[in-house]
Amino acid sequence: MKRSGVTQLALMLSPVVVTLLFATLILLAAGANPLEAFGNILAGAFGSAKKWGDIAVVMVPLALCAAGMLVTFAAGLWNIGVEGQIVAGALAATWVALGVQGPPWLILPLTLLAGAAGGAVLGVVIGALRTWGRVNEIFAGLGMNFVMVALTNYLIFGPWRPPDGATMSGTEPFPLAARMPMIGSSRASLVSIGLAVAALVIVYFLLRDTHWGLRLKAIGLNSAAAARMGINTHREMIVAFVVCGLMAGIAGSLQTTAVYFRLIPQVSGGYGYLSQLVVLLSGLRAVAVPLIVFFFGAVQVGSPRLELRMQLDSSLGGILQASMVLFFFLIKGWRQRLADRKERNA
Amino acid sequence: MLDPLVIATLQSVVASASPLIFAGIGETLTERVGIVNLSLDGTILLSAMAGFAAAYLGNSLLLGFFVAAVVGALVALVVALSSIVLKQDQVAIGFVLTLLCADLSSFIGLPYVRIPGPSVPYMPLGVLASIPVLGEVFFRQNLVVYASYVTVFLAWGWLSLTRPGLRLRSVGERPEAAFARGIAVNRLRYTYAAIGGALVGIAGASYSLSVKLGWSHRHTSGMGWIALAIVIFGGWSPFRVALGAYLFGALKSLGSILQPSYPNVPTQVFQAAPFALMVVALLVVGGGAAWVERYVPAKLQRGILALIGGSPPAALGKRFEQL
Repeated sequence: MKRSGVTQLALMLSPVVVTLLFATLILLAAGANPLEAFGNILAGAFGSAKKWGDIAVVMVPLALCAAGMLVTFAAGLWNIGVEGQIVAGALAATWVALGVQGPPWLILPLTLLAGAAGGAVLGVVIGALRTWGRVNEIFAGLGMNFVMVALTNYLIFGPWRPPDGATMSGTEPFPLAARMPMIGSSRASLVSIGLAVAALVIVYFLLRDTHWGLRLKAIGLNSAAAARMGINTHREMIVAFVVCGLMAGIAGSLQTTAVYFRLIPQVSGGYGYLSQLVVLLSGLRAVAVPLIVFFFGAVQVGSPRLELRMQLDSSLGGILQASMVLFFFLIKGWRQRLADRKERNA
Repeated sequence: MLDPLVIATLQSVVASASPLIFAGIGETLTERVGIVNLSLDGTILLSAMAGFAAAYLGNSLLLGFFVAAVVGALVALVVALSSIVLKQDQVAIGFVLTLLCADLSSFIGLPYVRIPGPSVPYMPLGVLASIPVLGEVFFRQNLVVYASYVTVFLAWGWLSLTRPGLRLRSVGERPEAAFARGIAVNRLRYTYAAIGGALVGIAGASYSLSVKLGWSHRHTSGMGWIALAIVIFGGWSPFRVALGAYLFGALKSLGSILQPSYPNVPTQVFQAAPFALMVVALLVVGGGAAWVERYVPAKLQRGILALIGGSPPAALGKRFEQL
């Protein structure tokens, strides 16, 4: 059955419409003017040219983590530990930035390598817990997330304490050699954007065109059958966590060298959890990720304005993001149900 | 005689474990019938907020607990409905609901942040309260804590001793066989998802109205994950789930007792310790139990595995095509 382009578009946008209706109801229940709230989010996200840079700053870690999680999801794994892998990358990059002196062309690549390694190491830990330790990866990852936050706080208030005393604002600022160059006066960095795009492209081809990608998908579909076919499922799972960790680690590294220019306690900013939503909404397709992270980025940048202008909580942004994924699943299921019923009746 | 300080500490352990018991037992019932409700962390937040707001606005504790239970049941029914009718993945829906409910609690709960509200009153249980040590620890509490004991015994009795309990378990283990015997598999799944969800909601209200009074941004954050881990640690059996909740409460109290002795360690490290222990606990019942099965002599195995063994219901998270 072929559908017209208009119907296709309407079906694609239906979760968006339902999400807006849902958010409208919530805003009305909270006694706020929905149009004013949506207007404020839009103005907050696109009010000035500078805002495009701010959106890009949110898109980069989301895209990097989403790229990594496409790999773990392909193997049927829920890598909730991606949040901790961002932190691991940030810690490793900070260690380089504060400890190694040299020209930018040496230090910056080193921070990226260190970040990738940091994320990968945590990937090994989560993978080992999942395979040898028989700990469900959701709990292994979640536990590691909390441990990494604790480690960050320990380092900021302990060994990496600034000379004039430790505060919640983080370590002392990085030397100039450990700061990524920005595009003009914006907050966005071309290196960050390039790395995010590269990660998505690489993952797209890895999963589509390589034997390894095929093996991962076999594990994801039926790991017992994959094992019988001679695939070393444990090794491939750990590799998947490591590959995801590489990308999340780079995201964490960039959070320190291209966004905050220091290590802060909340360096991962919840992007690990948010990128799970991105991947779910993409239907596990890399090509859909850029559009989704753009939408998520705009909501993220726009919603703090609700606090400033309307005394509402900025968590409305999170409600928009999460409820859209929920309605995406519900509508998908509902359409499938209608199609099945039609088939049965025919 | 025990030091009064020790008694007081044990009292607080028992009290602070009560929400985890409600949530853990609720999730145990839901999982035993074959449904994973992963949304606990968000559901507890949302029901804690809703329960507090309802109790505050209606000036009625009962109303607060009722509203919280309804919120918990509704969220659980979304998971069940998405799976049974719409054929969506329970873990995915549960995870999305975790984030959604957490944000909803922050958004709707903003007017109730840090305002004084009602709390469940202290109510020692007559003669029982004067039993040395045990009575002092367990029966100088409030009604919510007593309800948590009753919940454990009821859940155990229901699952192990009654025919409906047998049907519940059969649906979670072998839904095809249960269906062949005339059990309405999906109807039971809705029922226990709702009952389990209501208990999770009560867990939320017992935070905001009894254990951690009031409401604030991300008031109970992390507790839902702990409750989910306790269900696995408890091998899906009510008494072991309760034991897990008490162990967790004890370790948490230990943390707050030790904390003043280590002023150089930031508080966040102590806050993260329960989650590290969660992973260790799961490692014990996962890899540890597998190791015992492999290397420990058969005679000793049974005793050890009774404590750390246990496997999930066979049909957990799997849909059942009921015609």
